[in-house]
Amino acid sequence: MSKNTITEKDVLHIASLARIKLSREEVKKFQKQLCDIVSYFNKLNEVDTKGIEPTSQVTGLVNKFRKDEARDFLTQENALKNAPDKTGGYFKTRAALS
Amino acid sequence: MLQIDNLTIHEIHDKLQRDEFSATALVKDSLERIEKLDPKIRAFITITEDEALDEARRVDSKIAKKIELKTLEGIPYSAKDVFCTKGIRTTAGSKILENFVPPYDATVIKRMKEAGAILVGKVNCDPFGFGSSTENSGFFTTLNPYDLKRVPGGSSGGSAAAVACGMGLFSIAEDTGGSIRQPSSFCNVSGIKVTYGRVSRFGSIAYGSSLDTVGHIGRSVEDIALILEETAGVDTNDATTVPVDVSSYTERMKESIGSIQIGIPKEYFPKGGIDKEVEATVREAAKTFDEMGCHIEEISLPHTEYAIAAYYLTAISEVSANLSRYDGIRFGYRTKEAKDLKGLYEKTRAEGFEDEVKRRIMLGTYALSAGYYDAYYKKAMQVRTILKREFEEAFKRVDVILAPVAPTPAFKVGEHLNDPLAMWLEDAFTVTLNPTGCPGLAIPAGFSKSGLPIGMQIIGPQFSEDLLFRLGYHFQNATDYHEQRPEIVKQISSS
Repeated sequence: MSKNTITEKDVLHIASLARIKLSREEVKKFQKQLCDIVSYFNKLNEVDTKGIEPTSQVTGLVNKFRKDEARDFLTQENALKNAPDKTGGYFKTRAALS
Repeated sequence: MLQIDNLTIHEIHDKLQRDEFSATALVKDSLERIEKLDPKIRAFITITEDEALDEARRVDSKIAKKIELKTLEGIPYSAKDVFCTKGIRTTAGSKILENFVPPYDATVIKRMKEAGAILVGKVNCDPFGFGSSTENSGFFTTLNPYDLKRVPGGSSGGSAAAVACGMGLFSIAEDTGGSIRQPSSFCNVSGIKVTYGRVSRFGSIAYGSSLDTVGHIGRSVEDIALILEETAGVDTNDATTVPVDVSSYTERMKESIGSIQIGIPKEYFPKGGIDKEVEATVREAAKTFDEMGCHIEEISLPHTEYAIAAYYLTAISEVSANLSRYDGIRFGYRTKEAKDLKGLYEKTRAEGFEDEVKRRIMLGTYALSAGYYDAYYKKAMQVRTILKREFEEAFKRVDVILAPVAPTPAFKVGEHLNDPLAMWLEDAFTVTLNPTGCPGLAIPAGFSKSGLPIGMQIIGPQFSEDLLFRLGYHFQNATDYHEQRPEIVKQISSS
């Protein structure tokens, strides 16, 4: 991965995957900053990790279950309170298919 | 002003109970400090004056009836603006949540309500906790009470600055990579980063879910130990809370510290990588512990230099997933001008997110994207295993580790603004605890010649908070650094 550099085209692709619209100036700025940071990440190549198990949970807890019981939490009205747009008890958005 | 600058919460509680001053007077003291100091410090995003005074009157009516108060009852506090507060705006320091009013309380806020503590306001932070100075906040930069040209640290900079000024007697904060410890160090206050899973994260706006911890900032170790007694423990709403008994921290901290083994990791004092005064201060603190009967020895944590890369790779990857929820549909900001759904997402997120938020989401998206997963995320998780083992090995030899919190005292506003990587490197000594789950206590250890606070951190094995408090409590009994107040506070306290 040491040869990886991030081009402006890559930045646009990543931004599209992340659903963030970038201006032309932003693409330029982020291209340099992202390159700097990704090359810093390559420092990890110095560490021999052959055969090392990855850790994602540090306290060793595994699947904790609770009873599947209905609880009062949010009313529909409260759940919709922060919605920028709503109609008839639903969130309202743009059409996903045209 | 009330003369309470050097009283513990316990002592203030006793005065309330004896009716030496009222809860209303106590809350007004915090509010008056906010009114006088916050126009300069800018710690508060939202001030909850009316609600706080209502609560204070309720406590006062109990005092009048001679009903016994709980220890935190009537005690004013602030909360970092990442904790959901029912009916009170919660921004996470980001424009995308500028008008978000949560319909429920975070568990930690609920526990404070049950304990009777009084929220005076929500304080500033880097957006979603992304930063080490509050300069990334979508609203404004908080300034350091010890030098208004410098940052208070971050991301919980608003919390640390507020506590240093007595604008609330403690703050509920959050630490994902140093966000409690570094601002505590910069503002001369005490901060606990707990073991992962010690305090419920329910209702704490997510940053990196395998790293996030809810902790506390206060004026003394005794105060934060008292708060943690209320907040720690299992919560059915957070399946990562661990069923380990919660100690009586405020009792156990008084036990002797003689014969405790303290390790000093040489990698935390890199030549040219640490300010000379910071190094001298931490070594002096080690001497103080030695004089109190602890055993000091040098140890080695050879993979420390890889912690930043491993930590940030983990953090940004989790960020890119966690922040996909900001879609402009269910809550939060929505763009005014979008024709289709993709445009709605893209413009909402472009207009609502700050630069550092965009950077982290994009880097995380990149690290998790096809073909890169093994090279980045998996690699980081493997290095995480190595870091964790290294700590476990160290804790077979020593009980705790003593280290600096940050390589320098508070830096100047704007110093790292155009170089995000340089800002990340500020976290060299704090980021190791989050990937490993270990707790860390940051406490005042001295001042630079120019009067800037310097902190140190005491690091322990998972669930050793009681041991950390014990060392911190005895250190604070032997020293008075934590009792020093910034000049601007002294000016109003004497009036």
